[in-house]
Amino acid sequence: MAEILVIAEQRRGELIGASLECIAAAVELKQQGDQSVAVCIIAPSPEIFVEQLSAAGVDEIITIKSAQAEFQADEFESTLLSLIGQRQPALVLTAHSIDAWGYAPALAIKGGFGYASDVFAMRYENNELIAIRAGYAEKVHVEVDFPGYDTVLLTVRGNTFKPVEASGSPQVNSFEAAPVSPRSSHEEYIEPESGGEVDITQAEFMLSIGRGISEEDNVEEFAELAESMGFTLGCSRPIADNGWLPKYRQVGQSGKTVSNCSVYLALGISGSVQHMAGMKHVANIIAINTDPEASIFNIARYGVVADIFDIAEELRNHFD
Amino acid sequence: MKILVPVKQVGVLDEDFELREDGRDVDPDYLEHELNEWDDFAWEEALRLHEEHGDDVEIIPLTVGPEEAEDGLRKCLAKGGERGIRVWDAAMEDSDPMAISRVIASVAEREQVDMVFAGTLASDHGFAQTGVSVAGHLGWSQAAVVSKLDYQPGAATAQLRRELEGGLEEVLTIQCPAVLTIQLGINEPRYASLRGIKQAKAKPIEELSHKDLGLSDDEVGVAGSASRVRRMYVPEKGQAELIEGTSAEQAQRVAEIIKQMQGEA
Repeated sequence: MAEILVIAEQRRGELIGASLECIAAAVELKQQGDQSVAVCIIAPSPEIFVEQLSAAGVDEIITIKSAQAEFQADEFESTLLSLIGQRQPALVLTAHSIDAWGYAPALAIKGGFGYASDVFAMRYENNELIAIRAGYAEKVHVEVDFPGYDTVLLTVRGNTFKPVEASGSPQVNSFEAAPVSPRSSHEEYIEPESGGEVDITQAEFMLSIGRGISEEDNVEEFAELAESMGFTLGCSRPIADNGWLPKYRQVGQSGKTVSNCSVYLALGISGSVQHMAGMKHVANIIAINTDPEASIFNIARYGVVADIFDIAEELRNHFD
Repeated sequence: MKILVPVKQVGVLDEDFELREDGRDVDPDYLEHELNEWDDFAWEEALRLHEEHGDDVEIIPLTVGPEEAEDGLRKCLAKGGERGIRVWDAAMEDSDPMAISRVIASVAEREQVDMVFAGTLASDHGFAQTGVSVAGHLGWSQAAVVSKLDYQPGAATAQLRRELEGGLEEVLTIQCPAVLTIQLGINEPRYASLRGIKQAKAKPIEELSHKDLGLSDDEVGVAGSASRVRRMYVPEKGQAELIEGTSAEQAQRVAEIIKQMQGEA
């Protein structure tokens, strides 16, 4: 029986939500053949996560006590190399998280595993694993396979698989790996700058600006428009990186997810994967962009192919 | 000391495009190429160290790609650095990031570099894979998504920040040599001067094959890859309901929709 091994992650004592999505992906794939699902968690007190990880369909949970309080690449690589070496799973899944970016490719190299990142679909065809990811800025999909590899490691795109709600009663075992000398040490976390009263994760109506505003002097007119409409001003990464708006207004993977938003007006935002990670769930996205091919139009409910300055000027007449 | 900066010319699709005959990639006639945005930040980080420390710090841009990829190297060299390296031959066609990273690691060894600064990811395929794989091949330490770097050339450690999810950052001390993958916003990449662009044309670019690096045929191309493309296709996508008309008409319709939604909320 082939094993699917899921690597769950925690940060500061909390399980990463995307790990539960990975478990869902593994359980879904398990239906396609004679397979079992094991989930491992590396943490200072791994046992505290057992209950959360005990989703229906999981056969075994492997707790691994770490020496480091937080993610450390050498510890992850060495521990997982020895775990995977012992269990020989056919497939290893982990979230396409920032920490996974920091060790998973090196793990695949050292273990000689097949590898693909940011995968959003998987299936078996004639007993061969096929994974699907996107390419050319999401304009195409790419099917990849892994000929000649006994173990394949995949990082799974977030917000793709829905966590399994039912719980099960997996076996719980612990695993001990040889200690490693870590070559990096975590010093501290730096909290994101607080927006005080402005919390875009709570905003119901958002007006977000992107590269299309061209220059800093143009920020003001959109800030005024947002205010007159009763919308909260947000932005994409380049605007925050340039210092034109504070980081706490940034929507996306490295910014915030607008969890409470019902209407999202995107002005001059083309729609990178990283930006869309923070807003693609919004029911009513209205996108205005000069480029008819912009990815944002593929997730928006309404689209306007036009100059954002022209539309913004006209919009002002409707909101006083 | 030497810093190696691997850079990539990313493929940007034309509005209308066709796939290659084997269906595994886009017909190259429909691709434009430009320097990966992340790599511009990685090169800038190297340029700053070079400026601060002068000739004690040699910075070398490297690209793995066909002749056209030389443009990316010239773009870097227009801002600084004295020479570049380009590796390519027919056996390297269809290499995935794992195979590409093996080539980069071999160059790092050949040049005996002290640090590698790579882009966190590339805008075309978004693998977020190549830099950390280079560390895997070299057996070096690595840190991904570096948003701030404090490093004195030759020092045994570097202090840096990693940008995590949701705007959280982590301060990390890392042993050198190391591979760092550089995030957007870590610095402000400069523009090349006209003089720099002109000078870059005369700077030497060493051309190497995988054999020059001591790599065998099955260490590059599909054979040296951790995945193989079976097929590429255009997915069915959602499409927004387009609002047509003059700017005034479009804005009026947008305003109506918004007011209706605000009323419902």
